[in-house]
Amino acid sequence: MRQGKIIRVAGPLVVAAECLGAKMYDMVKVGHLGLIGEIIELNNDQAYIQVYEDTTGVGPGEPVVLTEKPLSVELGPGILGSIYDGIQRPLDVIRARHGEFVSRGIEVPALDREKRWLFKPVKKPGDRVLAGDIIGHVQETPLIQHRIMVPENGDGEILEIKEGEFPVDEIVCRIKKDSGQVRELNLFQVWPVRKQRPVKERLMPFEPLVTGQRILDTLFPLAKGGTACVPGPFGSGKTVVQHQLAKWSDAQIIVYVACGERGNEVADLLLSFPELKDPNTGRPLLERTVIIANTSNMPVAAREASIYTGMTIAEYFRDMGYSVALMADSSSRWAEALREIGGRMEEMPGDEGYPAYLASRLAEFYERAGKVICPGSEERIGALSVIGAVSPPGGDLSDPVVQATLKVVKVFWALDDRLANMRHFPAINWLQSYSLYRDSLKKYFAEKVAEDFVELSQEAMKLLELEAELQEIARLIGLESLSYKERLILETARSIREDFLHQNAFHPQDTYTSMRKQYLMLRAILHFHHRASQALDEGREFSAIVSLEVRDRISKLKYLPEDEEALLQVEKEVDASFKALQV
Amino acid sequence: MHKEYLTVSNIVGPLVIVEKIADVKYNELVEIEDSRGHLRRGTVLEVSTDQAVVQVFEGTVGLDINQSRVRFLGRSQQLPVSEEIIGRVFDGSGRPRDNGPQIIARRRLDINGSPINPDARDYPSEFIQTGISSIDGMNPLVRGQKLPIFSGSGLPHPRIAAQIARQAKVLGKEEKFAVVFAAMGITFEEANFFIEDFRNTGALERAVLFLNLANEPAIERIATPRLALTCAEYLAFELDMHVLVILVDMTFYAEALREISAARKEIPGRRGYPGYLYTDLATMYERAGRIKDKKGSITMIPILTMPEDDKTHPIPDLTGYITEGQVILSRELHRKGIYPPIDVLPSLSRLKDKGIGAGKTREDHADVLNQLFACYARGKEARELALILGEAALSDLDRLYLKFADLFETEFVRQGEFEARTIEETIELGWKLMRKLPKKELKRIRPEFLEKYY
Repeated sequence: MRQGKIIRVAGPLVVAAECLGAKMYDMVKVGHLGLIGEIIELNNDQAYIQVYEDTTGVGPGEPVVLTEKPLSVELGPGILGSIYDGIQRPLDVIRARHGEFVSRGIEVPALDREKRWLFKPVKKPGDRVLAGDIIGHVQETPLIQHRIMVPENGDGEILEIKEGEFPVDEIVCRIKKDSGQVRELNLFQVWPVRKQRPVKERLMPFEPLVTGQRILDTLFPLAKGGTACVPGPFGSGKTVVQHQLAKWSDAQIIVYVACGERGNEVADLLLSFPELKDPNTGRPLLERTVIIANTSNMPVAAREASIYTGMTIAEYFRDMGYSVALMADSSSRWAEALREIGGRMEEMPGDEGYPAYLASRLAEFYERAGKVICPGSEERIGALSVIGAVSPPGGDLSDPVVQATLKVVKVFWALDDRLANMRHFPAINWLQSYSLYRDSLKKYFAEKVAEDFVELSQEAMKLLELEAELQEIARLIGLESLSYKERLILETARSIREDFLHQNAFHPQDTYTSMRKQYLMLRAILHFHHRASQALDEGREFSAIVSLEVRDRISKLKYLPEDEEALLQVEKEVDASFKALQV
Repeated sequence: MHKEYLTVSNIVGPLVIVEKIADVKYNELVEIEDSRGHLRRGTVLEVSTDQAVVQVFEGTVGLDINQSRVRFLGRSQQLPVSEEIIGRVFDGSGRPRDNGPQIIARRRLDINGSPINPDARDYPSEFIQTGISSIDGMNPLVRGQKLPIFSGSGLPHPRIAAQIARQAKVLGKEEKFAVVFAAMGITFEEANFFIEDFRNTGALERAVLFLNLANEPAIERIATPRLALTCAEYLAFELDMHVLVILVDMTFYAEALREISAARKEIPGRRGYPGYLYTDLATMYERAGRIKDKKGSITMIPILTMPEDDKTHPIPDLTGYITEGQVILSRELHRKGIYPPIDVLPSLSRLKDKGIGAGKTREDHADVLNQLFACYARGKEARELALILGEAALSDLDRLYLKFADLFETEFVRQGEFEARTIEETIELGWKLMRKLPKKELKRIRPEFLEKYY
């Protein structure tokens, strides 16, 4: 292979000369240790390389080997349940071979070459296939069937297809292309991470990604195939929100990218996912999850690559026709990696020292989400939803990363320091947050949850907004100046906040609420409100209404099991207690 | 012998630029001999074919261009370690400062360490009882956690850190325990306070100290915490000890980093701190933790003083994004004469959930903690309201909450510097305060616990 020579080393940036003919974003191996790097700028025969490993001990004069291939990932059976670093090296294998600390210059294939998979073909010799068509299945985990697809430019006629147990790199199918060439397929494909995987057609999202988190599903829903961002200062619960989504959302595949975050959080995922059960199937969540972990102390350049690695894997599963959700925690750390490399290349900085191309890179990334018709002749529909956490300095939303993200995402879940301090979790501010999918999901909610679900959620929103106004007045001239109707609004809004929006991620029952239960809970709260309002009109005592025992029952609804009867019972109790009040 | 260069071309701030070099590596350790034969050390920050940028730990005062002799040592900075290291005091570059002998190295460890493989991490879940109610009750610390103290100038963070070091224990266990203490840029008096405290409690025999004081070279501070953490890793993961690492003061560390960055004319991030401050801090903080199948652990308490008590200043801000929570000190409480002045509302321990509850502390701990938070927050709101409208304008319930907030500060948060409360005492104290509120206000507590403990 061709070689260049290092002429400069500055942290993760290495410059090599004699690299004529190298291409942008080609992968290279740097120095005697063979550290993995990627070319990010070319200047005559000089290549600027960002290195994905620590460059201590590397110096001028050492060789740079040009692989003449872009940074790519391996896509095939064995991905699910794995934990990879930012450039798809399996951390569990690295640990088994090299110990507890990550050393350098390690080369490990992303997919296990030893393991044999049972491959069942669905096509037979003589069938015509297009790129994207499924030729067979591998039951990768009890939860997920891995669909083996014809790779790009693989259109043609099947000459031969085998059934049986094979390792990922054994040929299972031969296709005769129209050009007469024969293409041999094994169980995996290789795809460059920075290149979007093609789709046949993009669709508008119409179905919610149900997360079981009440404030999200009821007030600010995300659609399958949609994009959301969760910005907030440290300690406001970004990671808990992301973990909750990874655990409970009804996507079929979860790709979790821990990008520049804490090692212990990754450990938490790894230890809890094998034990947590998918609410729909009862299987361990790890069987549908891929974790990309490039923690904050791991090399900064690999952090930059990690979100693309995660995205490419997510797209691959989307192509099989699955609904996939990708969580990136946190995109700010990715942007900082971009800034650090940019700084070392002495680029002219934009806002806050971030490179000028920050916004376009972010937009490109989020645009890879969507609900699509997958390539191939089968009209499969897949969805890829993306949820990015953003960690702005001091929680300041004018931060360039937040601003650039808000321009492209459709759902904004604003985390609020003040709520977190009051231990109101999830600390999502209901006045600042928004979801642009509320309209497109209306039909689905009316059909699948309840006719009046959207109205109820709008009423709840309205009450919360009124509460903010009334509180302002109460603060200025005292609570006494408000009418009883207005004070009832304050009481109901408080009930919505404390009994509905507040949700304890660590309580076994409260951690997940089905759409139906969310609806019934909210209905009970608003039912009380309507009855109370009516009672006020009829001249009942305000203090008697607000001290009704049944309010205590409403506040405990969240701890009740998912039982329609029991939940509806509370509304009857509300009616009964108002009847008693009238006597 | 290493090749000697007399080719210094440029000296800027803490940096020396050496020309016409050959075979120099990035991050290599460098020795510079000045015209009077004194040795200084540094590391290579950047290297190109004919030029190396060297950062000099001891500063560049008295160096000249013509007579400085530069030697590249062919390895990165290392710390010699052996069992003998326990009980010793070193300077900021790892040389003995207690008149004791050099450590006879069993191993020489690269002070930059390597990242712990996330797959090898064990999740911290053992509750550490510090005896301080506002930490144990509200923001519990667990083994392997990194929990910084955000302080301000003039606040008693050294006394709190010393109290934690003195009282910290894991319930029901007697295990090998050590303290590693790194001082960056603090005054002699502050450092001496810690040393005396360790000596009085006998902790000094189980401690390793790395001291870089305020009058010592600022650039040396870059290495000090790394030396301390390398030592801690050795004690924890090779000698199976439970290590508590105290780093004071990270603000001075970050300032030293900024100094180098400015001398290199790098594009600054916020407030002149380099764009890589986050990554740099993370490479240190993330060295805390537990590893599967290893007995030892590293628990870290970095201390930093927030400039102008501003939590959004880059140093506390970036620290907060890396560490697993923070303990914030409040000037207001300090003024009221409350020790420890821990502001529990913005303080946080992210790892508490797996460390508390039945079998670890007490079954009702999590609920009590959440309820106390909510009540205290409401009480503080009532206090603000009373300030504007007068106490008379408050409802009866709000007045109860106001009273609760006062009691919470004077009885729960306040305690003696040598008072170690058990976790039962802390939780009971919480209940004692909550009983002053009507039972049905306690919504965050599960009915069965309310029944049992109210």
